[in-house]
Amino acid sequence: MSDAFKKLKRYRALFLMILPGMAYLIINNYLPMLGVVIAFKDIDYSHRGLFGLIYYSDWIGLKNFEYLFKTNDALVITRNTLLYNGGFILLNTTVAIGLAILLNEVRNRLASRFYQSLILLPYLISMVIVGYLVLSLLNVENGFVNKVVLPMFGIDPISWYSEAKYWPYILTIVNLWKNIGYFCIIYLASIIGIDHEYYEAATIDGASKWQQIRSITIPLIAPTITVMTLLAIGRIFYSDFGLFYQVPLNSGPLQPTTDVIDTYVYRGLMTLGDIGMSSAAGFYQALVGFILVLVSNYIVSRRDRDSALF
Amino acid sequence: MKTNQMNQTVVHILLILLSAACLFPFLLLFMASFTDEQAIVQHGYSFWPSQFSVDAYSYLWNQASTMARSYGITVLITIIGTVAGLLISALLAYPLSRKDMPIRGLLAFLVFFTLLFNGGLVPTYLVYTELFNMKNTLLALIVPGLLTNGFFVLLIRSFFSTSIPVPIIESAYIDGATEFKIFYRIVLPLSLPILATIGLMLTISYWNDWFNGLIYITEPSLYSIQNLLNRMLSNIQFLQQNSLGGNSSQAAATIPMNSVRMAMAVIGIVPILCIYPFFQKYFVKGLTIGAVKG
Repeated sequence: MSDAFKKLKRYRALFLMILPGMAYLIINNYLPMLGVVIAFKDIDYSHRGLFGLIYYSDWIGLKNFEYLFKTNDALVITRNTLLYNGGFILLNTTVAIGLAILLNEVRNRLASRFYQSLILLPYLISMVIVGYLVLSLLNVENGFVNKVVLPMFGIDPISWYSEAKYWPYILTIVNLWKNIGYFCIIYLASIIGIDHEYYEAATIDGASKWQQIRSITIPLIAPTITVMTLLAIGRIFYSDFGLFYQVPLNSGPLQPTTDVIDTYVYRGLMTLGDIGMSSAAGFYQALVGFILVLVSNYIVSRRDRDSALF
Repeated sequence: MKTNQMNQTVVHILLILLSAACLFPFLLLFMASFTDEQAIVQHGYSFWPSQFSVDAYSYLWNQASTMARSYGITVLITIIGTVAGLLISALLAYPLSRKDMPIRGLLAFLVFFTLLFNGGLVPTYLVYTELFNMKNTLLALIVPGLLTNGFFVLLIRSFFSTSIPVPIIESAYIDGATEFKIFYRIVLPLSLPILATIGLMLTISYWNDWFNGLIYITEPSLYSIQNLLNRMLSNIQFLQQNSLGGNSSQAAATIPMNSVRMAMAVIGIVPILCIYPFFQKYFVKGLTIGAVKG
């Protein structure tokens, strides 16, 4: 007992140091984790305060989930979330690797840095600004595409913000444009780490550039590709809220192809005031997301212990 | 050697095209903000306006008080958020990096678990609005972003445990230095690279944050620059309706709305573009240590 007390006294300062951070994580992360019980309650706003709200509201079991899965909504948002993220993973990975290989070929280091800066630029700006950039291209009356690009091909102006069918392509391109710099830098770092002797030996043996890429570069960065992909699969149930909220300008007619779990939860909470449905969708996302993280991390750790999160 | 030369040319051409594709929307935005309103209506946004004009910027100048306030809020939350977030993270990371810290494993797990599971938007929103009454306060723009989850803490911790020699800490302790003194006289100065990197990431995330403003702020006088931009994206008249100063009697028809929007966005990006070249190194470092465990 007195031993433990002594230890506490010895480490008092260190415990004081972690206090603000731990208190923060309890408020910002652990309280909301307990708050998932809201999904099983019929929240009644006549009660005041967080605890009153949760404690006095009635338990309704799985009712909120029944409503959610009875409608078509759950299917649509799950499908959209998975398809978009799946597409993003495939496209971002292939394009980023191609780009990283190209950048690695540049001999002039100044030029290489210059290209990297430009390619990384979109990653730096907020999704609101991206919304403006896309609007300047796709605005129905003044947009660059309707006013300049389409007339060149003799195509009539398209009402972009009310035609859902174009958005899977638009969002995929915008996502690629915004994030490609990030993925490119990750893969470039991995390629730079490859020992030059492999390439020298291959060149002496007369291997072409293409053969070198296929037989040296790709196999040697494969661990990075695997890890990045599995981590992305672990997060496949979560989407970039900004991309799906800001870029389509929250436009109703586009919802069939732009609504994902995150936008659905947001709309339920902030616009429709349907807390039951919203928290049920949120819990569904958190739970499946958690399982996916565990599974994907398990696979990563079996392949490469050091790259796993845990 | 000739084939290699050719190779370089092709590589450069491809990369120039790709970089141009990344830059192109920014140029369009920039030029659009300098285009005469009539020219926009006739020819749309273009890379070379048929008629240049600074009307959009002079209009925004008239709204200077609204703009300045939003800018001020953004600068304020960015500075406070970055400094506080960095300090709290480092303070939490340091004891976790000490091998002799009691219940270290449990504490580290509590930090790490926040990366795996989160309660989601609804409970978080209720915690901040119902329990802490943060709706429509500046705290709502600062607090949710301080740590978000334990990720940065873990990055800083692994830097501490790999880069700070234990004997230095031990000898300082034997010489009678307190733990806090060791922390800010030895640990922090030795960790400037990681602190600069994480600080830069925090700065960018605060500067770009519009989400907290979207859900916690409904009072226009508390809008950050991103929230102002967000409102103007969906409601072009917003600035006009909420004009706090300037000439609010100006007839709506004379306001160059199409270019004003773009000018607003330009004003929102410029600060980031200005600091970017100087901090690119740290930024790239932050991204790469973050991706595949640091």
